[in-house]
Amino acid sequence: MTPDNASNSSAGQLLAEGLWWNTPGLAALIGLCPLLAVSTSFAAGFALGLASLAVLCSSNVLIAALAPWIAPRFRLPAFLLLIAALVTTVDLLFEARWFDLYGQVGLFVPLIVTNCLILARGESFAAHHGVWPAFLDGLGYGLGFITLLAGLGALREVLAPGLLVAALPAGAFFLLAALVALRQLVVSRRGAA
Amino acid sequence: MSAGNHDQPLVRHGAAGPRNLAGLAVVLLLAVLLIGGTWQYTRQRIADNGARQILAGISVVLPGILYDNEPNKDRVLQDTGAGRPLPIYRARRNGSPVAAVVTVSAPDGYVGPIRMLVGIAADGRVLGVRITAHQETHGIGAAIATEPPTWLAGFVGRSLTDPPEARWNLRTDGGEFDAIAGATVSSRATLAGVRTAVQYFNTHRDEIFSTPALPAGTP
Repeated sequence: MTPDNASNSSAGQLLAEGLWWNTPGLAALIGLCPLLAVSTSFAAGFALGLASLAVLCSSNVLIAALAPWIAPRFRLPAFLLLIAALVTTVDLLFEARWFDLYGQVGLFVPLIVTNCLILARGESFAAHHGVWPAFLDGLGYGLGFITLLAGLGALREVLAPGLLVAALPAGAFFLLAALVALRQLVVSRRGAA
Repeated sequence: MSAGNHDQPLVRHGAAGPRNLAGLAVVLLLAVLLIGGTWQYTRQRIADNGARQILAGISVVLPGILYDNEPNKDRVLQDTGAGRPLPIYRARRNGSPVAAVVTVSAPDGYVGPIRMLVGIAADGRVLGVRITAHQETHGIGAAIATEPPTWLAGFVGRSLTDPPEARWNLRTDGGEFDAIAGATVSSRATLAGVRTAVQYFNTHRDEIFSTPALPAGTP
């Protein structure tokens, strides 16, 4: 399932890894803070997902390119600095381009830097692979994250008028749990078949 | 899957050799260039966005009011009770005061402060109210800020004599204003914000219009 060696795995497999097998938030339960705080509407979820995707892809690419030049003991601060710089860049571009949407989710864009998903992909994958697989890995995980953020946002937006709890942060936990359970069900059915 | 298995350091652990330092320097330089370049590229646009938002806000809370100055530039900072000075924009015609747009930050929202613009005519009547920033619960308290602002329209035309000051409350609190169903806390906070603006305007009218405008460019 999980391709350990990128040289043997196709682009499709790399994408599927983040999109389905190890979806952030659903399978790999990381990146939950923005997921639960921002997923109040489809637009907000999609916007923050897009910002995360941009940071994830670019940080993976830069980390893959620079990792050979940085000794392991310096990698963590170096990668964090890179990620922080990329987040700041995305934050500024976001505020310049999509000002109205920025009003809704702007608070959470700088917090992308604390999303462990990004450092995790950089440290555990990109640092040990080439630029192209690292990009695909970032793209897969980023798309998986967008799908979940926007999907959860859409779900909460639809349910909120009738089901008050869906609008509250607690409701986000319940809905996320339901989605995790649903995914587990699908995975286990497939495994049994 | 542990990172260590894949690690094939090209440089020995612990050695702060020139190659390590070069790598770190590249990262540092890259970070500086990225942030500096983007800031340079976006700052004008971000400033324009902010100015456009203020202009749009001012024009919607002063509907049908004729003025010949630029209220967004005719700005003073005064403390209306929030504990810190917030901008007030003045609208004038032929130099005489027509209306003011008071920025209020109502502290008692359900989630956090609710920021709003309150347009008030020179005679003390409310002309328009718009929420500019809030974090109220989506689908519940956020109803204070829905467009078109049907609930906020209930403040238009009101002043400190209509209803009398003591009746500037929600019905549940013995006042004259309806709350949004299910969002009493958000409604109460918003109402208190509008009331603050009207009260401040009534007691500081001359001060509001006579204070010299802040020079352009001051934050």
